[in-house]
This record gives sequence, structure tokens and C-alpha cells, in this order.
Amino acid sequence: MRRVVATGLGMVTSLGGDVETTWSNILASKSGAGRITRFDPEGFACTVACEVKPADHEYGFDPSKRVDSKTVRQVEPFIVYGIDAAGQALEDAGLMDMSEEEKLRTGLSIGAGIGGLPRIEREAIICHEKGPRRVSPHFVHASLINLTAGQVSIRYGLKGPNHAVVTACSSGCHSIGDASWMIRMGYADVMVAGGSESAICPLGIAGFSQAHALSTGHNDTPEKASRPYDKGRDGFVMGDGAGIIILEEYEHAKARGAKIYGEIIGYGMTGDAYHVTAPQPDGDGAYRSMKMALEQAKLSTADIDYVNAHGTSTPMGDEIEANAVRRLFGDDIQNMSMSSTKSAIGHLLGGAGAVETIFCLLAMRDQIAPPTINLENPSDGLAGFDLVPNVPKKRSIKAVLNNSFGFGGTNASLIFKAVD
Amino acid sequence: MSDTAERIKKIVVEHLGVEPDKVVENASFLDDLGADSLDIIELVMAFEEEFGVEIPDDAVEKIGTVKDAVSYIDEHKA
Repeated sequence: MRRVVATGLGMVTSLGGDVETTWSNILASKSGAGRITRFDPEGFACTVACEVKPADHEYGFDPSKRVDSKTVRQVEPFIVYGIDAAGQALEDAGLMDMSEEEKLRTGLSIGAGIGGLPRIEREAIICHEKGPRRVSPHFVHASLINLTAGQVSIRYGLKGPNHAVVTACSSGCHSIGDASWMIRMGYADVMVAGGSESAICPLGIAGFSQAHALSTGHNDTPEKASRPYDKGRDGFVMGDGAGIIILEEYEHAKARGAKIYGEIIGYGMTGDAYHVTAPQPDGDGAYRSMKMALEQAKLSTADIDYVNAHGTSTPMGDEIEANAVRRLFGDDIQNMSMSSTKSAIGHLLGGAGAVETIFCLLAMRDQIAPPTINLENPSDGLAGFDLVPNVPKKRSIKAVLNNSFGFGGTNASLIFKAVD
Repeated sequence: MSDTAERIKKIVVEHLGVEPDKVVENASFLDDLGADSLDIIELVMAFEEEFGVEIPDDAVEKIGTVKDAVSYIDEHKA
């Protein structure tokens, strides 16, 4: 079986326009949350989000670094974030000068949960108020989820599989998992994989609010709103951004002397078949997803040192996931650390699993578990877990597990291990 | 440069992300300014809004250069 390793990382989040800025802010226990600026949120139940900051901000994102101004103007931010993060990852992997032959063997698997919702909202209003002839000719391809993969492929001439996963909040995780199998099965030698999202718009905030998914009780203290595992949690905080990983066949990476962040050795995916938005109360779908990944990895729970949890800060979801982890790990929960970085950068929906997988790889690189911030009073059902409250924790990390779950009852788990 | 030409140039620079000095009279939208067919539809929409004119599809086909656009608008604007 062909082995698959991660050789490049790229990221755009509310805590930085690149991987290292975001990571250092995560380790400094900062929050990317604030009052929504993309529109006036007055009158909305939730007025808080973790927005990617403008270029002039201390840790803002400058789209002009890798994306031309025409594209920035034409397409939705989730695509711009994705193009930039893919560029970062290709640069990091040292793959900017691939031969035509290599480009034929390099593909893309970049998903999103929602895609161009802000644009859909704006163009719908234009269509109804000004008529169909005022709808932008760029509207469709500026909003479609698979256009991040399309745009990246055109920019870098990548002609392998061109794929986009849409599994709500597990899109990023599934994108990486699917990409790893494309390499294993021989469809490609290199895959640009991950997810992006930018759905902070009136319709997005209103829709998730109406589904009772967003935090509404911390509008006056935005940086405190995302608080996974804490008794005061009351819903997730929407974030935006992108995470992209370069996955590469191991011998291919070794032959060119690439830096290796870790090897993907387990990918689990299951369904709850229970409810469109609510997680199954016994967490069985999550349990089976993690178990599938673990069995594929041929590891035992004692081998997993760090879990980046889905942990969205919703009242039900966090404990259901923790119970599923406890059911799988048993006493081994005492030997690992589990945190939710959504406490710092919010929930990136289709980008979440990708960004969080990158945090897992960085945790292995730096031997440090990132914190769950705002964890002041852990819920009663969480005894025995090290949830890395409020400050990062130095520890040995050789294997990591990342979970992502999505509306529709879809679950994904990834396991990476360090490569000697 | 006429007032029409100045306003058209501003729209072209903004929409196509090109340097202002590239937007000369004889510049072709497709060949010189990096536009594709969808960009031209969008530019025409912007001209229509800016000048309050309607540019029908058969006229759009004849607008290949900056000068063509200026001439059409000067002939048809209210």
C-alpha cells in the first residue's frame, strides 16, 4: 500500500494570514472573535464572529500577496482564502517548480460547507429588485464550492483529480481523507487538500441562529463567546478562513528530500442516520468513526497523544463527543490531551477540519498541545480529561486524532503519526 | 480624453485590475486588457449603470476596444 505524508501547510484564519502567525497566536491563547464587521449585526440574535482580519491589522490577511485584484473582486472570499492557503502550502512544500509530468500527477480536493452564501444573498436581492439583467455574469462560478479547487488548478497548472467535498462541517476532514485515498489508489502522487469557508453574512448568521446553533449570550464579550466544554457555553461562533495541506506519496516526498510533517495512517467516516442537525445522543456515529480510523492506523488508544476535538461549544455536542472518546479510549483518556481550537478561531464550518488537522501536525512538530481557551468551569461530565484549559501544554506527541462532524449526521476522523 | 472616456477608463481599471496607462483608445478588451467574454458582459453592465444607457447584445458584439465603447456611449447616452 502506498504511504501518504503531509509536506506543506497553508492557512488563513481570524488569528493570522498564514500558518505561523495563526499558530503563535493560538499558543498565546488569543481569541480571533469580535463584533461582526462584515455587516451591521444590530438586531441579530448573535453579533459575534471570528472574521479574517483586513491586511492592515496586526494579524490580518493580505489577499494581494498571491491573488490578483481582478480575482479578489470577482470571486467570493472563501475562494480567495483557499487560493492563498494553497499557494502557501505549495510554497512550504517546495513544489513551485513542478514539471509538466508532475503537474499531471498532482490533484486537488478542496471542500467547503456552504460556499458563496454572501454572494448568493446579494445577487438574489439584485435579481428581485433590479431584474435578471443586473445579475453578475461571474455570480455562479464566484460562488460554487468546487471553484476553489478549480481556481487553484488553473493558477498552478495542476491537472490531476479535481475534487471538492461538501459534507457540512466535516468537509475539510473528508477532503483530506479522500485525497489520501486518491494517492493510495494511484490517481495522483501529490494532492492539494483541505477546506475553506466564508459565510459570515446576514443570511448565514440568521440561518444558523434560527437553527439555535450560534452563541447568543456573549454578544457583549465576543472573545468569551466560543467556550467549548465550559458550563457557560451556549452555541458556536462562526469563523472564516481556509486550511490547505499538501499530501504526497511517501517515496515521492523522500526522493526530493521534502520536509515531512506527519503520515496519514487512519481515516474513519460514518453516518449517524439519526437527525439533520442534532448529534446522536449516545455519540455512536462519532465513536465508530474514531474506531474505524484507529483500526486502519493499527494503533491502540494508548498511542494517541493529542485529540483535536470537533468541540464546537454547543451545549449538547461537546459532551456527546467527549463521551464517545471516553467510550473508545477508556482509561487511556488519562494519557492524552484533548482540546478544541474552535475556542480561539471559531467554527470554520467546511474549513474547520482542515485548519484543525494543521494544528494537529504543528502540535506534533512542536511537541505542544494547543489550548482550549475560555475554559473556566468545565462541565461535570468531563472528569478525567486533560482539556488543555487556557494555556498550551508541552508534552510528547507522536500520534494525533482529529474529529469533524457535520449536519446530516456525517462524521470524519483522521489520524496522523510522526515519521522518523 | 473626454469625460466619457475618463469614466470608462475608471470602470475598466477597477473591473479588470489593469494599470491605468494600459487603458488607451485602441486597447482591445480581449487581447490587450486580459478580459474574457464574461468580463465583457460585466463591463457592459457597469457602463449601462454609469451612463444610464441600455446596450443590446448585438451592440456588445461590436464593442472590441475602449474607443468602441466610448463611441457607442457618446452616440446613445441621454
